Amino acid sequence: MGAGHHHRLHLSGDSLVHRLPPQCKLAAVVCFALVVVATPREWFGLFAGYGALLAAVAVIARIPPGFLLRRMAVEVPFVVFAVALPFVGSGERTPFLGLSLSVAGLWAAWNILVKATLGVLASVLLAATTEPRMILLGAQRLRLPSLLVQIAMFMLRYLDVILAEMRRMRVARESRGFAARDVRHIPVIARSAGALFIRSYERGERVHLAMLSRGYTGSMPVLADPSASSRQWLAAGMLPGVALVALLGVWGLA
Amino acid sequence: MHVPDGFFTPAVSLSAGVVAAAGVAVALRGARRELDDRTAPMAGLVAAFVFAVQMLNFPVAAGTSGHLLGGALAAILVGPYTAVLCIAVVLLVQGFFFADGGLTALGVNITLMGIVSVLVAWGVFRLITRSARGRGAVVAASFAAALLSVPATALTFTLLFWLGGTAPVSVGTVAAAMGGVHTLIGIGEGLITAVTVSTVLAVRPDLVYGARGLAAPLVLRGPGGEEREAGAAGDAGDAGDTVAVPAQATSRRRLGWFAPAAIALTAVLAGGVSFYASASPDGLERVAEDKGFADRATDHALGDQPLADYGEQGGLPVGVAGLIGAGVTLAVGGGLFAAVRRRTREGVAA
Amino acid sequence: MSAGTGAGTGTVPSLEVSRLAYAYPDGTQALFGVDLRLERGERVALLGPNGAGKTTLVMHLNGILTAGHGTVTVAGLPVGRDSLMEIRRRVGLVFQDPDDQLFMPTVREDVAFGPANMGVRGAELERRVVTALERVGMLQTADRPPHHLSFGQRRRVAVATVLAMEPEILVLDEPSSNLDPASRRELAEILRGLDVTVLMVTHDLPYALELCERSLILSGGVIVADGPTREILADPELLAAHRLELPYGFAIPGGAGAGRAGAGGAGDM
Repeated sequence: MGAGHHHRLHLSGDSLVHRLPPQCKLAAVVCFALVVVATPREWFGLFAGYGALLAAVAVIARIPPGFLLRRMAVEVPFVVFAVALPFVGSGERTPFLGLSLSVAGLWAAWNILVKATLGVLASVLLAATTEPRMILLGAQRLRLPSLLVQIAMFMLRYLDVILAEMRRMRVARESRGFAARDVRHIPVIARSAGALFIRSYERGERVHLAMLSRGYTGSMPVLADPSASSRQWLAAGMLPGVALVALLGVWGLA
Repeated sequence: MHVPDGFFTPAVSLSAGVVAAAGVAVALRGARRELDDRTAPMAGLVAAFVFAVQMLNFPVAAGTSGHLLGGALAAILVGPYTAVLCIAVVLLVQGFFFADGGLTALGVNITLMGIVSVLVAWGVFRLITRSARGRGAVVAASFAAALLSVPATALTFTLLFWLGGTAPVSVGTVAAAMGGVHTLIGIGEGLITAVTVSTVLAVRPDLVYGARGLAAPLVLRGPGGEEREAGAAGDAGDAGDTVAVPAQATSRRRLGWFAPAAIALTAVLAGGVSFYASASPDGLERVAEDKGFADRATDHALGDQPLADYGEQGGLPVGVAGLIGAGVTLAVGGGLFAAVRRRTREGVAA
Repeated sequence: MSAGTGAGTGTVPSLEVSRLAYAYPDGTQALFGVDLRLERGERVALLGPNGAGKTTLVMHLNGILTAGHGTVTVAGLPVGRDSLMEIRRRVGLVFQDPDDQLFMPTVREDVAFGPANMGVRGAELERRVVTALERVGMLQTADRPPHHLSFGQRRRVAVATVLAMEPEILVLDEPSSNLDPASRRELAEILRGLDVTVLMVTHDLPYALELCERSLILSGGVIVADGPTREILADPELLAAHRLELPYGFAIPGGAGAGRAGAGGAGDM
């Protein structure tokens, strides 16, 4: 691959988490996100517990904390939104450091921040320990419509091609002194998008023709199919399982 | 607009999930009709294209920049069903592979950016291209379709927020903020979509789903260089030839230009007016963005009007105004086209 | 299906194209009535300048493009909607850019893709993959991702992906383009060692001379010349009329060529 892909989340390794079959991890992460979202925002302790669970997974998978933090960047727009909430929120207000903040807004900000952060962390851990291809195989195992899985497979296959194409076009633009600064430059960007579409579509057509030439009829032959043992399901189930038990436990006490 | 986990109540997330699943299921069936065995490779390719195009940031106004949602572009280039699939896959991949957008919010995200934006864009596009033909009409229709699809998506977001948002912000504020910013983004989206479509139309018109091409009859060249049309009398064994329907003289219908131009203008005006109408009276997002909440004096000036009362009085009408504006735009546009179409028909008949 | 259809019946040509015409969806017509016939076991070069319609013709050979007019027949079986699968097994197309052809995560999976689509599974699939990779000398790369290989290696893997389908006729689009001299020679050796009918589309005239007894020239969407490669390349007027040129200083090897090679060289002027 060589060229650094800033978006590449996968971090190859050989830990217990890396070796788990993808469908187990996929199901575990989705269930975990569900448990987190269902947790009432007032139960601070539980959120700390969820965080500790994810930290434990990161340690087992030997994912360095710096890596996780850098990959959290996607959350930033909503952090900005959450920070704005206490200021624009309605209802009872409370003074804080000379600012008047909305109590409900503070709660909402906390709610969104903590849940979104935990969700993003879980997704980053999944993506870091599982090859994209394996995630797709897992999705197929979980009975996601196979056409959807194939579309995603092709998307990943083409993504590098298209991004490389885009990079070349940007270099060509910029080496002739172009930089998008204001609205008048939109047509230039748009024409690049048009050219990008034609180039990538033609590439896609050629790949498709090559596939047709080898007898492709609309569905990929399944050659490898990972299967999971019940022990592996159990291991993966630990993450949402412990979270759910904690949630139910606190609920019972409350 | 990628909604994270915890933004909406579980009930809304779940219902949106059901809507998204149903929509994707319908799209899966429809896409097979649009692309047959090319569905997976082509939809995957377009999904990758949309993903890449979303990285093209364009400047909107001083200091802010937006990026393409791509729903309208995808719908016009590859057809609505495939477009829904593409956007859905983009969102799935962003959610699972790039941790962008919450996993429990996938339903919301797919419903908003996949289904609503594509449906609105395709509806507007068809409405315009059905009454006016030709390259200019397709480009103008792309502009209007993309322009309207963005605020429509923002309004749907507002609707969902009203049903079950977790933040205690009045619906009016959300409508104003979302509607305002997204009308601006919509203009950028419209421009980029229109220019992209016109670029593709100029080079490979056959690639634009929304402007299915017309072909000229085939020509056979004899050994001496003489040419004649395949299927013409005297060519033995021509039975079963596919002779293409001759192209319609589309560019001659100048009238076709006015209708889409008019609707585009209406859309811009409606969008712009509703933006200023909604942004100025409450000015909340201006406070949020410009002042950074540091300036207490300004806050006090706003503060004599308690934020608590703000929503249901000043706010809701803004959201409603946006909806009415969109409705009026569509009605006016529809009326225009009916009129234009009648006149064009008379012109052709004459 | 897999039973050899008409093997050894010398009368049935491997490939027969008659009165083939085609226009692209955007209206540009590329083929204007092509006729050609390839006997079993022949190695034939299809020469022509850029834009002559070579690639378009190739796309018709396995039914990717459907003839607007005329017919294509592969070993007696006409190309049509209901025969597509068998046609695609019989006609092995190697694309000009191996990156278009190789799209699976590993070489092994890519070579297995074609036969797997034909319903081949298990041990037979593995045998096909191994045999095909051995024939192009790439067995040792089976488990590597294709995009990590060199360009020449990728082209050889592309040939293997097609060989694994055990085709009746192998069609190569510009097989020598972008290859360094060593890869070029290696590919030539591989192609010479195959016992299938080969149609090689190229404007690399020395390569055609090296590998093919017979050549066709496609120009302006029709076949304008058909004969022994040596004679065609020795006719500078014919070549010049169709924008074909021998490389500078190239002399057709062998006796009578001496004077003519000079003429061929003069074509460069």
